[in-house]
Amino acid sequence: MFADNLLSLVIWLPILGGLAVLAIGDDRRAPVIRILSLVISLATFFASVLLYTRFDAKTADMQFVELSPWIEAFNVNYSLGIDGISLLLIILTTFTTVLVIIASWKVIQKKVAQYMAMFLIMEGLMVGVFSAMDALLFYVFWEALLVPMYLIIGIWGGPRRVYAAIKFFLYTFIGSVLMLVSLIYLYYKAGESFDIQTLYAVKLDLTEQIFIFLALFAAFAVKIPMWPVHTWLPDAHVEAPTGGSVVLAAIMLKLGAYGFLRFNIPIAPDASQELAFFMIVLSLIAVVYIGLVALVQEDMKKLIAYSSISHMGFVTMGLFLFNPQGMEGAIIQMISHGFISGALFICVGMMYDRMHSRLIKDYGGVVNTMPVFAAFMLLFGMANSGLPATSGFVGEFLVILGAFQVNHWYAAIAALTLIFGAAYTLWMYKRVIFGKVANDKVKVLTDINARETMLLATLAIAVLVMGIWPYPFLEVLHVSVDNILSLASVSKL
Amino acid sequence: MNTLPNIALAMPEIFMFSMALVILLVDAFISSQQRIITYVLTQATLVVALIISVKNFSEPAAMVFNDMFIHDTMASILKIVIYVIVFFVFLYSRDYLKSRSMYRGEYFVLGLFGVVGMMIMVSAASMLTIYMGLELMSLSLYAMVAFQRDSSRATEAAMKYFVLGAMASGMLLYGMSMIYGVTASLDIATIRSVIASAGLDNMPLVFGLVFILVGLLFKLGAVPFHMWVPDVYHGAPTSVTMYISSAPKLAAFAIIMRLLVGGLEPLAASWQDMLIIISILSMTVGNVVAIAQTNIKRMLAYSAISHMGFFLLGIISVSANGYSSSMIYVLIYAVMSVGAFGVVLLLSRAGFESEELADFKGLNQRSPWYAFLMLVLMFSMAGVPPTVGFYAKLMVIQAVVDADMVWLAVVAVLLAVIGAFYYLRIVKLMYFDDAQEDAPAIETSGDVKVLLSLNALAFLLLLPWLGVITELCRKAIADL
Repeated sequence: MFADNLLSLVIWLPILGGLAVLAIGDDRRAPVIRILSLVISLATFFASVLLYTRFDAKTADMQFVELSPWIEAFNVNYSLGIDGISLLLIILTTFTTVLVIIASWKVIQKKVAQYMAMFLIMEGLMVGVFSAMDALLFYVFWEALLVPMYLIIGIWGGPRRVYAAIKFFLYTFIGSVLMLVSLIYLYYKAGESFDIQTLYAVKLDLTEQIFIFLALFAAFAVKIPMWPVHTWLPDAHVEAPTGGSVVLAAIMLKLGAYGFLRFNIPIAPDASQELAFFMIVLSLIAVVYIGLVALVQEDMKKLIAYSSISHMGFVTMGLFLFNPQGMEGAIIQMISHGFISGALFICVGMMYDRMHSRLIKDYGGVVNTMPVFAAFMLLFGMANSGLPATSGFVGEFLVILGAFQVNHWYAAIAALTLIFGAAYTLWMYKRVIFGKVANDKVKVLTDINARETMLLATLAIAVLVMGIWPYPFLEVLHVSVDNILSLASVSKL
Repeated sequence: MNTLPNIALAMPEIFMFSMALVILLVDAFISSQQRIITYVLTQATLVVALIISVKNFSEPAAMVFNDMFIHDTMASILKIVIYVIVFFVFLYSRDYLKSRSMYRGEYFVLGLFGVVGMMIMVSAASMLTIYMGLELMSLSLYAMVAFQRDSSRATEAAMKYFVLGAMASGMLLYGMSMIYGVTASLDIATIRSVIASAGLDNMPLVFGLVFILVGLLFKLGAVPFHMWVPDVYHGAPTSVTMYISSAPKLAAFAIIMRLLVGGLEPLAASWQDMLIIISILSMTVGNVVAIAQTNIKRMLAYSAISHMGFFLLGIISVSANGYSSSMIYVLIYAVMSVGAFGVVLLLSRAGFESEELADFKGLNQRSPWYAFLMLVLMFSMAGVPPTVGFYAKLMVIQAVVDADMVWLAVVAVLLAVIGAFYYLRIVKLMYFDDAQEDAPAIETSGDVKVLLSLNALAFLLLLPWLGVITELCRKAIADL
């Protein structure tokens, strides 16, 4: 039974579990709630690992397919299925959720049940986005995500949380509704079907394709976020609680890139080729300009947020190079960025819990009081700047390799990120961690405890494994990426 | 036409009307301590009428009373939903009325007369019947708005409502007389065939159409005939606002279907353009002005205006698909509206009207369950998936795209994003802000709690059955 509905299990287990947690409610039962949430998230993670072990990397067809009618009058189906790209992102999602729950073990003391429930529900919804094979189902999962994230930022966030939450919601909502209109347009073009595979085969002339591309772009570019629609991200990140930032950076941003892969490129291939230059220019602006912006940030969370935008620029560039290296690099970069940015946000969160400040100038000499922590953060900082043997290197290297085949200037400009990335990360690291003990507060800092060490160690292993032996990740990608590229190369005109 | 009319098909109306009279009499003979009898009788009447209508549901469509009255699927569905909504309205109102010495028999009797009016509108097959039903409903509503005699605000609202409403009725009647002048018939089906057979002077027809539209749009509360909506919503006792904001919208939908679509569809080219402008204006004014409101009733009034603009989009599509999407939209909207006002009503206590947005502050700390219900309702009104409110918007948008008006769909969804802001603000007040110190938790009787929960959660729990609802509405439109 589970074997047939494994995907549904990974979607609904956390959602229903989250509702159960919500029903327990009360803060007096916080320990039970924490353990229950952890058990649910671990169970989901193992279920998603089962997906990996049963996945057949040799076919580009959708696997673990589930299909049952939902709104028959409108030909909407509950239709699920994954390829290699979805698979990796689903595992990233379930993995990250476990970490988020552990990371907020002690920090969240008020409304614990609501907090945990939000993350579990969000996990299920995100897996739903990655596995929906019906465009409307995709949209429902996609939009439903806004609700828990809005609440997470608004309830547990920092001082300007209300502003950030509403900005986050409206920004993403406005992009999404345009996507909805274009999906409905496609529905009629495809002879009343929302099935994504059917949409791939719909003939569209170039004008139609460009409009559809731009409407979808509005939704996905905001989510990624690409320059110049990125301004919600630093606000949302800074105000969100640690867990919220981790989920935002590690998974939510990937939804946009996934949307480009699943919708824009196969549905509007000619427009994608036509607008590739436009996309690459925007990506390069993000890589270079946002990299420079990151350099001057005084708030650590903001710095990492800008660094995320800059790294996501790499992803969008990789996608629109239309060669296997670029696309695989982009996907690897997505996964790797999930680990690294998640880890960095957790690091900042750990310091914030102790000092209640995220400003770089309030720190200095942390290595003297928190040596173990400093070591971990160094690893993640290095990975963020793309050091070989860390996961950060693999993706960036592949994307630059792909860029070289298209235009060596792209590659040259993109490679600047290696310099900027190193500059802002290491400069921040130096100011925060090294030097003399800056003030009395730093002097009394305690190093990370066993729970925190385990958390960072898990992420460190992930970053290193992916950096040294990326084969298991690349293996499941090859065929799926080739499939997307072949769809992209067939003209629909 | 010499045979006896098939009275059974009009049984719900007859029953409802007789019961309203009986309750009026009964109420005159009981003391105020026994008012519960009136209440129970009223609710029982609605339930029995529901049973009768459900029994009649599968009867084939037919006309009775010299083709003045029609029974079809759409009429049955709308009537059933009207009973349910009014049942909920009376239920939520009970405690509110008690604490404000408005718990009197007239409230329920007027409410039932209003329901009879709506039922007649829903089943009208002649312009005469339409007008009769409309006036019966409107007069009941005017009186209900003025029900709180010692409130100058309510009286003012009732005056405005009455004067403007009477004028709108006059317009409608004038328009009908022009159509009658050209087609020489009051019967909607005949009007249609006469207009469709062409050879008529279009000018007086279009004039008549404009007057009819003004009357209809006034009742609907669409811009620029919306001025009464915020004042009446605000001025009327909240329980009456709840009543006005829900069931009458269904009746208004019905007469739009009967008159514009059933009778005047051959003139669609004329009314389509007018409605496009009206719809865009309604969505713009409603959504933008709602942002500036600090009073929840006024905010919901402007929200109603924008929803009516959105609902018109389906009619604008001029297709069976569009009409059925409008029907789904208005059904879902009416149920959402009852739920939202239900929460507002519960927040009020004896001697305290909860009308300001600020009263929602920190509701999540005081009464998490009600905050959650309101959250579902607000997201549903904003049209955010996975709520059913999203589905309602989706249906309308797809109909608009199907009618090759993609630009209109884009305008509509962008305006809906503006609208999302003020619904989000309610959620923000409930979840992100701290409660005011003296604000207590919501206390209410068990039946209200259960049914309000059902009302709000319907917007999540109905998800698997959306297909069934769609099928029903499509069938209703196909059977017209």
